[in-house]
Amino acid sequence: MQYLVEPGIRPGQWAWKWLLLLVVSLAGMVPARAQDGTVAVGSKAFAESWVLGEALTQIARSAGAEAKHARNLGGTDIVYAALKSGSIDVYPEYTGTIAEAILKLPGRPSLAEMRSRLAAEGLGISDSLGFNNGYALAVNPETARRLGLEKISDLAKHPELRVALTHEFLERKDGWPSLSQHYGLRMTDVRGIQHDLAYHALQNGQIDVMDVYTTDAQIAEVQPRLLEDDREFFPRYDAVLLYRLDLPARNLRAWAAMQRLVGQIEEPEMIAANAQVVLEKRPEEQAAATLLREAADLAVPPAPVASGAGAVLGHTLRHLQLVGISLAAAALVGIPLGIAAARSRLLSALILSTAGLLQTIPSLALLAFLIALLGRIGVGPALVALFLYSLLPIVRNTYVGLTTIPPNLAEAAEALGLAPATRLLRIELPMASPAIMAGLKTSAVINVGTATLAAFIGAGGLGEPILRGLQTLNDQLILQGAVPAALLALAVQGAFDLLDRMVVPRGLRLRTSGD
Amino acid sequence: MLSLRNLIRSYGDRRVLDVDRLEVPTGATHALVGQSGCGKSTLLRIVMGLLPPDSGEVAIDGQPVTAAGAPHRQIKLRHRIGYVIQDGGLFPHLTAEQNVTLVARQLRWDPYRIDERLAELAALVHFPSDGLARYPLQLSGGQRQRVGLMRALMLDPPLLLMDEPLGALDPLIRARLQADLKEIFQRLGKTVLLVTHDLGEAAFLAGTISVMRDGRILQSGTLRELRDHPADPYVTEFISAHRTAWPE
Repeated sequence: MQYLVEPGIRPGQWAWKWLLLLVVSLAGMVPARAQDGTVAVGSKAFAESWVLGEALTQIARSAGAEAKHARNLGGTDIVYAALKSGSIDVYPEYTGTIAEAILKLPGRPSLAEMRSRLAAEGLGISDSLGFNNGYALAVNPETARRLGLEKISDLAKHPELRVALTHEFLERKDGWPSLSQHYGLRMTDVRGIQHDLAYHALQNGQIDVMDVYTTDAQIAEVQPRLLEDDREFFPRYDAVLLYRLDLPARNLRAWAAMQRLVGQIEEPEMIAANAQVVLEKRPEEQAAATLLREAADLAVPPAPVASGAGAVLGHTLRHLQLVGISLAAAALVGIPLGIAAARSRLLSALILSTAGLLQTIPSLALLAFLIALLGRIGVGPALVALFLYSLLPIVRNTYVGLTTIPPNLAEAAEALGLAPATRLLRIELPMASPAIMAGLKTSAVINVGTATLAAFIGAGGLGEPILRGLQTLNDQLILQGAVPAALLALAVQGAFDLLDRMVVPRGLRLRTSGD
Repeated sequence: MLSLRNLIRSYGDRRVLDVDRLEVPTGATHALVGQSGCGKSTLLRIVMGLLPPDSGEVAIDGQPVTAAGAPHRQIKLRHRIGYVIQDGGLFPHLTAEQNVTLVARQLRWDPYRIDERLAELAALVHFPSDGLARYPLQLSGGQRQRVGLMRALMLDPPLLLMDEPLGALDPLIRARLQADLKEIFQRLGKTVLLVTHDLGEAAFLAGTISVMRDGRILQSGTLRELRDHPADPYVTEFISAHRTAWPE
């Protein structure tokens, strides 16, 4: 006499196995915090930041320091949280971003003012590396020559020019609306366009004016005329190093070496380095070495470049790890929470609304918060975030599965004189198992998608090639992440359909009556 | 013997049960009849300990039982009562056999004893042994009810509570089961409290009948007593509402 399934008959044993697995995997995956000897350099999720981060890493190594580079810390919130928590020691930033996104200071604060504010946080700002990566207006070189356009104010005399702008610049209050007012521009043909397409359109003469960032890689190829901001409308985005004030004390040699970059990089050199990565698809390790040679006259030994051959498999395995561990933990916590919610009206209100609330937190904000909370970047906060996002479908489906058991059957179980634990394990959970499995499946599939965001905090996974492909306009690279992710979602779905047959009792899967 | 004293139960302002006294002697079958909502199922659930009364007392063989007792006592008490509900109340994820033997296995009965009892019960309720491995959805309504009866009888409880046990069956199967039930009751000598809305069924299976209305027992007695000496016009109305196929 045997049950087809006895889910959770010995929950203690299962819990231990999973917990052990969880701890072991975590211990193996979480990168250690920056130790005294090692300098941890961060960079944001775009090519210029990678190149600068890599240049800083190589220069520190050439000075004899241990250095590592955490790339793709996406969003200013996240990289700033990583710096404050000590997960990284230094990263390249821009003065305009510090003023606006980090300190949220109105107007145009001076470098000295920003320094004094950040000193209170234990952070410092270097002098400018030498170039500005800010907004500018660019004109087709032929049009510029024909009309003699040198400065933005020259545009006021030519309302017939066709303008195409990124949607963000078009809509921002401090974008086109203020700019056109500031300079008295009266163009009527103004439209939104994707940034990369704008360069093509400008080159082909389909548009006359576009907005650019002053170190865009495409400038090297299209060679537009950048108009002088003669009435100082645009804020400066001077490249600087944002660093922890304890870095010089901890590793003076590395810090001194990094400072050799200050004032050395000019816009054309940065544009050329960006073009190497974005247009020529060269690894940033190479671009950084070139930049160091050309700009700072520094010869560094060539850095090892991660090869792409086994990379897809590696990313996929890491992705599976992220999804598997966070999902297992969510099941381990979510199912008991769902059971508790089904037992008490008070608890159900509390648990379900909390789980629902978690779901509404924007993912990048949650990641930034977790980096601050855990004091580290990488797999740790990624797992916690994925765990939290996985909870709701599991908790809610467990709750619904248990509370929709027909009342006469719930009563029959009680009337039979079954002990409460037996009732839960032999009657209620098996009857709720189809709903619980559906919740797990939902969480798993959502999790496969959400885990691509782990790349933003240095946790790797299939988001990594997607992110890199997006930044370097490389469709092939995007597909290297997107295709395995889609296949993984399908595989997870298939695996759960299979698991359904094993977990959901046969009697609940019958459709026909034997009458 | 089952005896009830001054049982009162209300939902908010509404008093759904108000029974002064009801006694079912050991080995007798008593039926509660009345319209839907008259309180007969509430009464059964209070006896079962599924619902606590506001006040009053239920005693089995002179021992008072209350819903507020310690959990392990509550469970022990329930093992002494067999409970049968409409359509069997079987758990869909368990086979017929698993449904019947669930509690015995919780009590760690010897497997041979379980098998023996199972065979005995299948013979008693005329349930085909090849149906034991089937799931409730694979059984007919009558078969499900027979399995429900086996489950209630598994531990050989002295008291059986039945709540509209044959309510969902078509007339022919219902009549067969009624005949089988009557035989089983007589053979086993159980004390039975049966709830039904069918007066014919009540009269066929039970020696005495209580007519209930609005939570109260209007009258208890044999069918003949109810017909010849009704205590309330409603009793007469209820009895005459049940027509037979034969003109009187």
